[in-house]
Amino acid sequence: MGAIHGLLARLTGDFGATLVLGAGLILGFLTFNVLFLIWLERKVSAHAQRRLGPMEVGFHGSLQTIADMLKLLSKQLVTPLATDHFTFLFAPILIFIPTICLTSLVPLGNAQAFAEMPNGLAVVVVLSGVTVIAIFMAGWSSNNKYAVLGGMRSVAQVVAYEIPVLLSALSVVLIAQSLNLHQIVAGQHVPYVLYEPVAALIFFVGITAETNRAPFDIPEAESELVGGFHTEYTGMRFALFFFAEYTNMLVLGAVGATLFLGGWKGPWVGSLPWLGPLYVLLKAYLVVFMMMWARWTFPRLRFDQLMNFAWKLLIPVALVNLLVTAVVLQALPRP
Amino acid sequence: MTTPPSPDALDTYTLNMGPQHPSTHGVLRMKLTLRGEEIVVAEPVIGYSHRAHEKMAENRTYAQFLPNTSRQDYLSGMIYNFAWVEAVEKMAGIAVPERALVARVILAEFNRIASHLLWIGAFLLDLGAATPFLYAWDDREAILFLLESVTGSRLTYCTGRFGGLSKDLDADFPHRAREVMGKLKARWQEYVRLIEDNVIFVNRTKGVGVMSRDVCLSYGVTGPTLRGSGVPYDVRKAEPYGAYARFAFDVPTRGEGDVFARYMVRTLEMQQSVRIIEQALEQLPDGPILNPDSIGVKKRLKLPVGTQYYAVESARGHYGILIVSEGGTEPYRAKFRTPSYPNLAVLAEVMPGHMVADAVAVLGSVDLVLPEVDR
Repeated sequence: MGAIHGLLARLTGDFGATLVLGAGLILGFLTFNVLFLIWLERKVSAHAQRRLGPMEVGFHGSLQTIADMLKLLSKQLVTPLATDHFTFLFAPILIFIPTICLTSLVPLGNAQAFAEMPNGLAVVVVLSGVTVIAIFMAGWSSNNKYAVLGGMRSVAQVVAYEIPVLLSALSVVLIAQSLNLHQIVAGQHVPYVLYEPVAALIFFVGITAETNRAPFDIPEAESELVGGFHTEYTGMRFALFFFAEYTNMLVLGAVGATLFLGGWKGPWVGSLPWLGPLYVLLKAYLVVFMMMWARWTFPRLRFDQLMNFAWKLLIPVALVNLLVTAVVLQALPRP
Repeated sequence: MTTPPSPDALDTYTLNMGPQHPSTHGVLRMKLTLRGEEIVVAEPVIGYSHRAHEKMAENRTYAQFLPNTSRQDYLSGMIYNFAWVEAVEKMAGIAVPERALVARVILAEFNRIASHLLWIGAFLLDLGAATPFLYAWDDREAILFLLESVTGSRLTYCTGRFGGLSKDLDADFPHRAREVMGKLKARWQEYVRLIEDNVIFVNRTKGVGVMSRDVCLSYGVTGPTLRGSGVPYDVRKAEPYGAYARFAFDVPTRGEGDVFARYMVRTLEMQQSVRIIEQALEQLPDGPILNPDSIGVKKRLKLPVGTQYYAVESARGHYGILIVSEGGTEPYRAKFRTPSYPNLAVLAEVMPGHMVADAVAVLGSVDLVLPEVDR
C-alpha cells in the first residue's frame, strides 16, 4: 500500500495520491460489497422462505449478481421524452456522492479513517439526509405520477426519521462527550448498546427507514407505486439506485456499529491492528443482516402509520431517553 | 356515493392504476381521482380479458363447453367445472353415483382451500410481505399435487362428466389427502404467528375498507366478503347442492366488515373445508364413479326444453349458471352469474376516503379473479 502511495505521490503529489488511492479503495470495495449484499439478500430471503435461492452461477450462486449486473449493463438506457433531462440523468449519480463521503468517515482502526473530521458525527447526520434530494430529483424529473408519489413519500419519510436517528445518536454523544467518531469509539470500553439499548433500537429503526427498507419501503412500494421513484429508470441507471440502497445499508450499518457496537474494537485488536477494519465490517454486516431479516418478515406500513410511528412514538421516546441519559450523567460522579 | 369533483378542480389528479400494475391481479384498471394520497373517486374499469364465454356456450355442445368452465375462474376451476356438470345433470335428469357425489365434494373443497391459500399469499404480497406468499404457495403446491394425481391437471380442471367423474379416486387417495391436511393444520399455527399476531398486519387491515351489511346486500356481494360483513349466507348451507347436506360444517362470519374480517373468514373457512373433507373421506362409498347409463362426452346430449338456474358456492361467492334450452344439443342461452363482478362493483363505494396503500389492501381483500369478472 505504501509503495503504491509513493508511486502515485510522484505523479500527483501527496494529497492527490491519498485522494486517488482512497477513492479507488472505497469505490472498489463498495462495488464488491453491493454484489455481495444482493447475493446475501437473495440467500436470506430464500432461507426465510424455505427456498435455496440462486444456486446455478458459481458456488451457491455467488456469481449470480455479476451475471445480473452484466445483463443490466447491456440494457438500453431509455430516457422518456417528457422528463427533465438534466435532473433525470443526474439523480442516479448524485445519490452515490453522499454515500461515498460517508464511507470515508467511518473509523476503521485506532488511527484509520479515510477522512478525519473533528465533528464527524454531525457530518454523518447531514450527509445521510442528502440522499433524499437525489431520490426526490429522480421522482420529480421522471414526470410520472407513481414516481412523484414515491419521491414525495420519500422526502416526508426521511425528514421524519432523521430526527429520531439524530436524537438517539445524541444520547451516545452525551456519554462520549464528543462528536468525533474516533473518540466515540475510544470511549467504548463496553459497547454503548448496553448503556443505551433504547437509543440503539431507535437508531436501527431510523436507519432502516432512511435506507427505504421494508417495512418502511413505501417510496418504492412495488405493490402500490409499481417502482416508486425509479419507475422510469432502466438498465444501469436503475442499477445505480439499487447500488445506492445497498451501499447505504452497509454505511449506515457501519455508523451504527461505530456508535453502539464498539466500532473497530474487539478481541486482540491491540496486537493485530488489521483486525480493526474487519471488526467494523463484521458488525456492520450484522446490522445489515438484521435489516434483511426484518424485511422478509414484516408487511409494509401505510404512509400515515409510518408518520405516526415516527412523530408520536419514536421521537417522544428518543427525547425521554435523551433526557434520562442527561440526568443520569449529571447525577453520576465524573470519572 | 361521494360526488365527483368538478373537472377543473385543481387540487385533484387522476391516477390510472392498471391495467398493467403489480397489484391489480390481472387486468383491472382502477381510475383513481386523488387528492394528495387520498382517494376521492374510485372507478373500476373492466373488460380487458373478455373472452365471450357466454357466447361460446351457445355455439358448443354441453360437453364441448366443459373445458371453458374452469377457465372462467382459474383459481377454483374445479368448483366451476362441477357447477356446469351438475346444472346439466339436473336438467337432463342424469343420475350420479354416490361415490362421484362425495368425491366431487372432496375435490371441490380441496380446490377451495388452494384458492384461499393463494389469496392469503397474494394479499400479504399486496401489503408488502413477501414471505407468507411463498409459504402459502408451498402449501398450495401439496394440494395441487394431490388434485393432479386424480385429475391430471393442476389448474384448469376438466374432470367432471355428466353422470360422475372422468377418473376414479385411487385406493391410496384418502391416505395422501389426510397427509396433506395434517401438513396444512400444522402450517396454520405458523400463519397465526406470522400474520395474525403481527402488529403491522393488524394495523394495516383493521378498520380499513369497511363494507356495511346493507351496502353488501344492495350490491349483491357474496362469498367471504359478504360473510365478513356479518351475513351468514353460504350457498352450501342456504340451498345445499350435491352431497353437501350430509356434512356438518359451520359458516364462519365476522361482523366488522373490514379487511381483517375478510381475512379471518377465509382462514376459518379453510378449517371448515378440512372438516368437510374429513367427513367425506370417512363416508366415501364404493361403487362406480361414472353412471354407466350416462351419455358420454362423444355422444350428443340433448336437454329438454326449459330453463334451469343452478347455484354453487365458489371460493369467491355465489356462482350461478342459467341454461336456457330449446331442446337442441347446444344451449339457446347460457348466463353465468360470477361472484367477483358485484364484489368489484362495491369497491367504488368503499374506496373513497382511503389512502392509495389502502386501495391496494381493499382491492386485494375481496379476492378478485379478473377473467371471471369479464368472462
